[in-house]
Amino acid sequence: MREFFDMGGYAAFVWPAYAVTLAVIVLNIVWARQALARSREEARRRLKMHGEAR
Amino acid sequence: MTWTWFHRLASPPYVYALAARLTPWFAWPAGLCILAGLWGGLVLAPPDYQQGDGFRILYVHAPSAWMSLMVYTTMAIAAAIGLVWRMKVAHAVAASCAPIGASFTFAALVTGALWGEPMWGTYWEWDPRLTSELVLLFLYLGYMGLRAGIEDPQRADRASAVLAVVGVVNVPIIHYSVTWWNSLHQAPSVMRLAKPAMPLAMLAPLLLMLLGFTLLFVALLLTRLRGEVLARERAASWIREVVSA
Amino acid sequence: MSGHESPAARALAPVATPVARSAQSAHAARPVSAGEAARLALLRDLQLAFRKRSQLAQPLAFFAMVTLLFPLAISPELSRLRELAPGVLWVGALLASLLALEFLFRDDAYDGTLEQYALSGQSLTALMFAKTLAHWLLTGLPLALMAPLAALSLGVAPAALPGIIVAVAVGSVTLSLIGSIGAALTLGIKRSGALLSLLTLPLSLPVLIFGARATQLAIHGAPFLAPLELLGALAVLGITLAPLAAAAAVRISLE
Repeated sequence: MREFFDMGGYAAFVWPAYAVTLAVIVLNIVWARQALARSREEARRRLKMHGEAR
Repeated sequence: MTWTWFHRLASPPYVYALAARLTPWFAWPAGLCILAGLWGGLVLAPPDYQQGDGFRILYVHAPSAWMSLMVYTTMAIAAAIGLVWRMKVAHAVAASCAPIGASFTFAALVTGALWGEPMWGTYWEWDPRLTSELVLLFLYLGYMGLRAGIEDPQRADRASAVLAVVGVVNVPIIHYSVTWWNSLHQAPSVMRLAKPAMPLAMLAPLLLMLLGFTLLFVALLLTRLRGEVLARERAASWIREVVSA
Repeated sequence: MSGHESPAARALAPVATPVARSAQSAHAARPVSAGEAARLALLRDLQLAFRKRSQLAQPLAFFAMVTLLFPLAISPELSRLRELAPGVLWVGALLASLLALEFLFRDDAYDGTLEQYALSGQSLTALMFAKTLAHWLLTGLPLALMAPLAALSLGVAPAALPGIIVAVAVGSVTLSLIGSIGAALTLGIKRSGALLSLLTLPLSLPVLIFGARATQLAIHGAPFLAPLELLGALAVLGITLAPLAAAAAVRISLE
């Protein structure tokens, strides 16, 4: 187990690399879902304004 | 008859519904492949005889670099389709690609630098691969900057589409010139593994990660695409049902 | 000179030249070939530029200034400067060329000439080629002629100068062409200087790489034909494709 985390002495490079990549993946997922939610909200607003303008 | 599916893809409500339905079919397999790839790459694969366990960065660096190029190419093809056939959906695809591609280019650069330190003794090395990735990042930023700078959404779509097409033509030229430049100065070789052929135990996790990242890209693209498609519709009736759901 | 009184010239340049203004009457113009239209556009751009000669000198002054920065920032030793000379010359030329790009479309966009070009029914690609050629004659070529002076100030031997002139001349052709695409895309965006640089510089990297290499070889007295040929290939590629992209970008920007 200890050897696993040690990564043959390269731990200081391997784990940050994996952390950054995983962070980018997670960020992309969150970002994409947020963008979709925002677009839906804006579409809702647009429809409301369009409806009220009549 | 053969063109019906193509014409359907030009229809925003159809694409919106299709994207919503397809996303889980890419998202879950992506997660599985990536987890399996991580397990294989971190645990099962034997250490490299030259780079020891340090080579395991390959399993995150290579897929990130692959993403950066694949996404740019997808973006450029979608942009070209949008320009030629004047399809809003195609422009929506291109717009969805950019932030995904840029972030993975960043990941490729960071993981590449982290790989460089133990391998070459320096965090940055102007080798062709890293330098090309850096230029690619600037191409993405330029694309996103141009989109952000133009107010009219249709103009932004079409102008950035021209930029994407010009960019994709340039990518091989830039890569060639950077490789040419690098070879002149006999810089240390790129991150190539010492062994000429990778044993299956090393190769399989890599392929899994590449597949997983690709599936992830499609899932992310489909998610963003829905939002982009919505933004390009004014107040069409189909939005009403979709949004109140 | 009578060509400038022709209906074609009037149709192409309705506002800028006094000739055109006085003879705005649109009696049916005889059909003008794309080549003739391009020639007229080129001459018009050159004429207009010579009226504002001070503006022409600005990129050149900038180039001289940049060349001055490096010895001050690094070291006055000519031997060191000679090693850096290819980089200094080409970065300076690149930045100066970027600066000059603002003038490529700005005035024409303001006074509606660009729209006239797009609506004229003439090949916009040919017109874009003409404008870019004018831009190169007014910036790239003078830069190529100035480069030897900058090179000498950096300790380069006189024997290397002809090679430097040729390299910068050929390279700046591609820089103008790539720049025209960026300038067309950012038309109408306020304060687009930084964005224009962000768009243009990555695409210009091959020119920088081959040009600097050719210059370096020339300075060391070695044969520099290989990178020069690559520069030439880029220029040819640019001439074939860039005006097309610039024309598409102009149409989009004018929508």
